Amino acid sequence: MTRTSPARIALYVISALVLVYLILPVLIIAPISFSSARFLTFPPPSFSLRWYQQYFANPAWMQATKVTLTVALLTVVIATPCGVAAAYAISQSKLRIMRIIHMALLLPLVVPIIITAVGIFFVYAKVGLVATLPGLVLANVMLGLPYVVISVLAGLQSFDPAQEMVARSLGMNRLRSFFAVTLPQIKSSVVAGGIFAFISAMDETIVALFISGGQYQPLTKRMFTALRDEIDPTIAAISTLMTAASFMLVLLASARQKRSG
Amino acid sequence: MSDPSQKHQRREHGLMLALVSPALLVIVLLIVLPVGWLAWQSIYHDGFTLENYRRVFTEDIYWRSFALTFEISLAVTVIALLLGYPVAYLANSLPKGWSILILSLVVLPFWTSVLVRAYAWLALLQRTGVINQFLRYLDVIGEPLALVHNTFGTVVATVHILLPFMVLPLYATMQKIPGDLMQAGASLGASPSMTFVRVFLPLSLPGVLAGCTMVFVLCLGFYITPELLGGGRTVMVSMLVSRNVELYNQFGAASAVAVVLLLSVLAIFFAVSRFISLDRVLGQK
Repeated sequence: MTRTSPARIALYVISALVLVYLILPVLIIAPISFSSARFLTFPPPSFSLRWYQQYFANPAWMQATKVTLTVALLTVVIATPCGVAAAYAISQSKLRIMRIIHMALLLPLVVPIIITAVGIFFVYAKVGLVATLPGLVLANVMLGLPYVVISVLAGLQSFDPAQEMVARSLGMNRLRSFFAVTLPQIKSSVVAGGIFAFISAMDETIVALFISGGQYQPLTKRMFTALRDEIDPTIAAISTLMTAASFMLVLLASARQKRSG
Repeated sequence: MSDPSQKHQRREHGLMLALVSPALLVIVLLIVLPVGWLAWQSIYHDGFTLENYRRVFTEDIYWRSFALTFEISLAVTVIALLLGYPVAYLANSLPKGWSILILSLVVLPFWTSVLVRAYAWLALLQRTGVINQFLRYLDVIGEPLALVHNTFGTVVATVHILLPFMVLPLYATMQKIPGDLMQAGASLGASPSMTFVRVFLPLSLPGVLAGCTMVFVLCLGFYITPELLGGGRTVMVSMLVSRNVELYNQFGAASAVAVVLLLSVLAIFFAVSRFISLDRVLGQK
């Protein structure tokens, strides 16, 4: 009834402008990455793959890519089982301390990341984990845990623990009943949590700035340094690839979550 | 003691604690211990000292940086609210298909790395960037505008990154406001703007508070965006911390700044938790 009122039209216009503001920066990178120009010009003068070539031909960028992928994969492999076990215990146990533990596991989301980063740097400096692969992986496991815990807890909310009781009363032990009855029903939320932990590790920059170095520098640290010094369209090529990877993973995760209902 | 059900329960408790312990160990070793270390280092250097805190609260660079950080965070929060509220309102009032489309567009940048977006804003805002070229092409301006490497560029890019944290809690809250309330207001003779101001707006306030808290707190600790887009002049608290560590080796001072920042964040969460449940603030992530 108020469909065409001026206020309604203003609402449409403002919302459309805000959405353009949100989307434009995401869309602008790909054209720059395919441009032949040395400096950022838009529209690009001509199509070229030279920035992709520079990326793939540069050993330093390739090494950084390898580090990023290794760290992200190891993060998922470690954070997912830890997070699933913790979420299961939090949802099943009636212990009062579990509430506090639950909150503690969400700390990485609450503490400003710069503080976490500097703190980890000081601790790593004492134990010799600065500029090492294990150090980088451990930090990312910590940062990725909340995503797994949140996702799996949400999945367990719609799971009826009585089903596991039935399996156990029929003679299965606890571990087998978990893998046979519970896990298949929360599989989607486990996969989604793992994917979020992967993306979190892939994008993580600030902790890496402080604790990574030498040959174990992830992509994001090299990109940050490059962006601070001079703007090189190679970054646009890398950004486009990273964005494409993130989007594919998110689509995968949300398809998974939808199927679980 | 010999009650079998009690024994069973103790075993059950033991098992649950064992399951949660690997994750808890990681959290304790990699965030509780490091933050505790910072706190210790800020007050202990060959004996107890409050020298670091005295510097933070009396020296110009420190409190100016804190003031600037709070100003920027406040500005970012207000702008994000003004931009986010209409979008959430529209998404809430449209049929499901449209609202899903709008919300997907809102969370789309969410999944792009902060670094990638900093790069995109540099490409858009710099002197030879897309926006300056476009404005000069239209002959609106003669000289390129200084849109980046200053506070303006920092705010534009920061609002962009934090806007989803505003829109999502707003939308979640608006979804719970029953539509018949608005109809009731209209049937009692109130104009649409009056039902909005008197009915809808007050009911959406918990979402406003949740969104503003998240945006403000995240902004307080922002590092990458001000470092890359602030041009060295916009020194936010996080940059103060990193410079004290990387450039000046002032670990004690860096720790004190970090502790003050953390306490500010915790104080805000505590204050807000008296009005709304913290799950509401954090659950949106």
